[in-house]
Amino acid sequence: MSEALTQVPLTSYLLVALILFSIGLYGALTKRNAVIVLLSIELMLNAVNINLVAFAKYGLFPSITGQIFSLFTITVAAAEAAVGLAILMALYRNRGTVNVDEMDLMKR
Amino acid sequence: MSGEMIAFFILSLFTIGGAVFMISFTRVVHMVVALAFTFLSIAGLYVLLEAEFVAVTQVLVYAGAVAILMLFGIMLTKHQEQEKEEEKRKAHKWLALLTVAAFFAIVFFTLQGVTWDSQPQSFAEDNLLTIGKLMFTEYVIPFELVSVLLLVALVGAIIMARREEGDR
Repeated sequence: MSEALTQVPLTSYLLVALILFSIGLYGALTKRNAVIVLLSIELMLNAVNINLVAFAKYGLFPSITGQIFSLFTITVAAAEAAVGLAILMALYRNRGTVNVDEMDLMKR
Repeated sequence: MSGEMIAFFILSLFTIGGAVFMISFTRVVHMVVALAFTFLSIAGLYVLLEAEFVAVTQVLVYAGAVAILMLFGIMLTKHQEQEKEEEKRKAHKWLALLTVAAFFAIVFFTLQGVTWDSQPQSFAEDNLLTIGKLMFTEYVIPFELVSVLLLVALVGAIIMARREEGDR
């Protein structure tokens, strides 16, 4: 009984990750600034990482593979941030804006 | 209340608080600082989950590299200080909020309905050793692929962000 009380349940970790993901999704959908949209995407990726590491310990089939997967995710997310920012720089030089609602070259 | 519980509550409070501040701040630099705070708290959560190596990687890559990268991105571009409120954007905001709330509710009630009855595994001993062994035996091909991906991303980012000849 005391064992169950001292341990943080898996659902709590999943809830934290869910809240982070929802905040990131809201930011990615509503913010105008492209840098902030990129930051919100990073937040969502972090929520996924929390899930992976939590399932690695408390999941139905606990194994360290979850931690290794989260390492790969972190690497890919870093590459994504670098490339996204480079695209943003190029766009800023050509159009003079970083607002996502002004990136409508293909709509005109 | 055990120490683990208290640490979890404090760390998750910091994590969510940083994210909420990130959304509600109006200046972009403040947003990045709030997000760096969130990244550090997530590293603390990883330590609680006995994933020390992932925690250190999180601090190095996210709190170190990504936050600084975003600061560079902000300083190299121009930003309006305040976001203008328009009628169209307000409707868009409410629609987004509704979508996110629906998503949150669906996943929340699904999570409440599931019971996880499994024996938690401990990785506290030889965490780094186990990861290293697996990384260079079972996951050696993804590992090498990720190194190629990083190289390609580096070269691509430099080429795209470079100022071209006769550009100005």
